[in-house]
Amino acid sequence: MTMQVIQPGILSLLQDAGRFGQHRIGLTNGGPMDPEAFACCNRLLGNPAGATAVEVSFGGLRLQAQVHSFICVTGASMPLCINGVEQALWTVHPVKPGDDISLDFAESGCRAYLGVADGFQIEGSFGSSATVVREGIGGLGGVKLQAGDQLPCPEVSQRKRLQLLPEHRPHYHDIVTVRVIPGYQQHHFSRLQQRRFFSHRYTVSDRSDRMGYRLEGPAITGDIEGILSEGICQGAIQIPADGQPIVLLNDRQTIGGYPKIGAALSLDAARLAQLKPGGSVYFAPISPHGAHNALHLAHSFFRRQPLQEIPA
Amino acid sequence: MELHSAGENSLILYLGQKTSPEVSARVQAAVLAVESSLGDDLVDLVPSYASLLVIYNPLSTDHLSVAKRIHAAIDSLGEHSQREANTVLLPVFYAPESGADLEALAERAGLSTDEVIELHSSQAYRVYAIGFAPGFAYLGEVDERIAAPRLATPRLKVPRGAVAIADRQTAVYPAVSPGGWNLIGLCPVRMFDPASTPCMPVAVGDEVRFEPIDRQRFLSMGGTLA
Repeated sequence: MTMQVIQPGILSLLQDAGRFGQHRIGLTNGGPMDPEAFACCNRLLGNPAGATAVEVSFGGLRLQAQVHSFICVTGASMPLCINGVEQALWTVHPVKPGDDISLDFAESGCRAYLGVADGFQIEGSFGSSATVVREGIGGLGGVKLQAGDQLPCPEVSQRKRLQLLPEHRPHYHDIVTVRVIPGYQQHHFSRLQQRRFFSHRYTVSDRSDRMGYRLEGPAITGDIEGILSEGICQGAIQIPADGQPIVLLNDRQTIGGYPKIGAALSLDAARLAQLKPGGSVYFAPISPHGAHNALHLAHSFFRRQPLQEIPA
Repeated sequence: MELHSAGENSLILYLGQKTSPEVSARVQAAVLAVESSLGDDLVDLVPSYASLLVIYNPLSTDHLSVAKRIHAAIDSLGEHSQREANTVLLPVFYAPESGADLEALAERAGLSTDEVIELHSSQAYRVYAIGFAPGFAYLGEVDERIAAPRLATPRLKVPRGAVAIADRQTAVYPAVSPGGWNLIGLCPVRMFDPASTPCMPVAVGDEVRFEPIDRQRFLSMGGTLA
């Protein structure tokens, strides 16, 4: 039982929640760039959290169902058509063998998640199905989806047709404020440099990818050029010699020697990952305490978000 | 010892200022101590030359509790609580045909290629960190006479198994990748094989020695030349 890839789009990757506990052999975590939209997709489908879905960047994915099942698309607004008829995002839809499922290019946002009832059945490597192309690990052979790929998924005949109420669906703007927990080599950046960083607009460069979002704007200079290589956490903001910040994301290298001014709050890094090149970014400081509270609030809000059943 | 905030779910512990076997041994000891004190709150650890990045689950604990537990774990570190280090012997075919920068590096150092090979293969190295790419082990430190800066223009394609030097570090490339290190030979042993257990012949804290082998032996061990 599978879904067949007719057109892979620009960058479509099988992802589960990510690969954890493998940094010591140099493996990064991978996983969904927008964990909130990914988690919502699985929640709507009644799947276990972290079930494997397809992360579609920019759009252009076309699949043919070869099984009776249910699908759901969340995240960026990529028009979804089933057999040429437009269908709602953030909503569970039934599919049957022969159905043509297509996702057009994103109108707002950048990454959507196409999930299937019970998740795509992909054998994990190092405990995860997350595809990291740079490492050649995860997914189907460590590469992005190709035309002709068969994505295994089980036959499912019963599933509640749930939707996230329209007023709860996120809107993806082209300006994002990223809250930053100051840390790492923060003390190597003077007050003036920190003020510059937190008070100017930066633009997403077209050299941004799943490893990191490169930003362009006023250059930030620190009093050191490099440090002894050390571990890099998700969201860490590296300032290389040219002073242009790089927010390191899911497919980042696990260690590196550029100074870092702090790290982005994951909730905002997820919104950053929805920006296309040219999008605008502002930074705002947040304390570790504030970050902790924001995470708990978001988590509790997410769990209590009402899902509505659509009458058959 | 210093402990700093790194992000919403991580703290970074510094156990020294520079590369040394003593500092590295403390990092190794800290890995074990932090693992046992954080238990299920721990998500991942990244040991490096003189630091340890500790990533925890921010929904099950908080940075104050983690910091307190790290401090306690480090305070009670014994001198001998480290993991037994293995010594791993890696065969290397050192030659201009397998190491494109061997002759240039020798010339720069004012040595013969044989002397470079002798210096590189006559000492033990410590695995200080693993990163950059899966299975890429940073080994140190090479003799000062054969230390060499990275290439001004990195190569787009360094072959798998390439043995290379950058500053006082040396490494074996685990896969074909871009790279700016000076290539001096090829190792037929795979440094990273997702299909085997363990997937790497070395771990951080291990000792590595290089053993020169000839072309024929290299080929018989499964090595390939471009």
